[in-house]
Amino acid sequence: MNWFDFLLRNRSEVLARSVEHLGLVAASMGIALLIGLPLGIALVRREQAQRWVLGAANIVQTIPSLALFGFLIPVPWIGGVGASTAIVALALYALLPILRNTCTGIAGVDPAVIEAARGMGMTERQLLWQVQLPLAAPVLLAGIRVATVISIGVATIAAAIGAGGLGVFIFRGVAMVNNQVILAGAIPAALLAVVVDLSLGAFQRSLAQR
Amino acid sequence: MPSVVELSDGLQNGYVLQTRGLTYRLPAGATLVSDLTLSVGKGETLVLLGRSGSGKTTTLKLINRLLEPSEGEILVSGRSTASWDPIQLRRGIGYVIQDTGLFPHWTVEKNVALVPKLERWSSKRIRARVIEMLELVGLPPAEFARRRPSELSGGQKQRVGVARALAADPPILLMDEPFAALDPVTRAELQREFRSLATRLEKTIVFVTHDVREALLLGTRIALLDRGRLIGTYSPQEFLDSTEPHVRAFVASLQAVEGLDQMQ
Repeated sequence: MNWFDFLLRNRSEVLARSVEHLGLVAASMGIALLIGLPLGIALVRREQAQRWVLGAANIVQTIPSLALFGFLIPVPWIGGVGASTAIVALALYALLPILRNTCTGIAGVDPAVIEAARGMGMTERQLLWQVQLPLAAPVLLAGIRVATVISIGVATIAAAIGAGGLGVFIFRGVAMVNNQVILAGAIPAALLAVVVDLSLGAFQRSLAQR
Repeated sequence: MPSVVELSDGLQNGYVLQTRGLTYRLPAGATLVSDLTLSVGKGETLVLLGRSGSGKTTTLKLINRLLEPSEGEILVSGRSTASWDPIQLRRGIGYVIQDTGLFPHWTVEKNVALVPKLERWSSKRIRARVIEMLELVGLPPAEFARRRPSELSGGQKQRVGVARALAADPPILLMDEPFAALDPVTRAELQREFRSLATRLEKTIVFVTHDVREALLLGTRIALLDRGRLIGTYSPQEFLDSTEPHVRAFVASLQAVEGLDQMQ
């Protein structure tokens, strides 16, 4: 029996784990965007604060994922074994690319365009929504794309702390010394990452062309 | 708040725009504009002429409150700009800059419609006004309204910039070296058209340039600035006849070019 047959015979569990996996990614990305976008916008003109926040996000990014999960488990409220801890950790990982690209994307808008917008009597809010965000959108989306792909990858490790997802197959397969079981998790996870990356990339290009 | 005396003074002498003792200092201490007193009447084009760093652009930004004066005041229609809401003030002052600052993600039509839209005009009125403005600056609407700024030449972009500044029919127009980045032929063409436009529209215009030729061509009066200070205000003829050393230096640069013409 090859791995493909195995995948087919266990398709209902593979599907359920995939949905679980995407759920972890979607929840963590949602939190990361809700925090990262407003924070990034607020940091655009505050250089000192921006250095500190990006520095902190950078440190979080360098912590190995399994270690980060480990750190979070003892934390009250968000910690413990299970999906919530994993979602918090994934959101922390996604924060850096989103923050960094929000800052650089908005800072990269042509200063002449900003000067004209202010000079013609746009309010700061109109400037942000009608000029800065639309023009920064391709860079913003590039950050979201990187964050999502990282998140799909790191989410496989979330199975180690009982958060479910496609990592369950990988850890089970390693324990059983069974390649077919490992591949039942690894292949869908890899496919997910590639498909999400390609489709966000296509969306990003269509935005840049406008 | 402006006093009654100032208000009636502003209306009596007919000046649309005045600066009094206008001074702007950087937080670090450098003075960019120093004790500048100017008056511009309706239908007049005042050219601020000076070398780089003479405070011309800073003066424009003080007028539309992109910068706030350190000392002195600016009166628009006799009323101190400090008492205006800056957003409302700017919507009543057209602004054209060298790099055009057109929104690259908007069509020409939408760019020109910017201020009328901010002012919540009806869409029917906006559409009519955009067509009128594009025709005014010599861009056939059928051909240009749907284009993006990236599909325009430098001269066409600046025409859109002028159309955008005029769209809400502001009484005052500020122009910061609008033609400086254009090739000489296109520049001459736009200068000619701008001159006839300025006489026709009766706007109060402050025009910044470092090009003495342009100053003489477009200005009804020329204010010469040097390191943030006003050297003097001249009619084009007075400027050519003046013996003031700074003015002589500018006139000499003009003659140097004419000398070259004779050589060829």
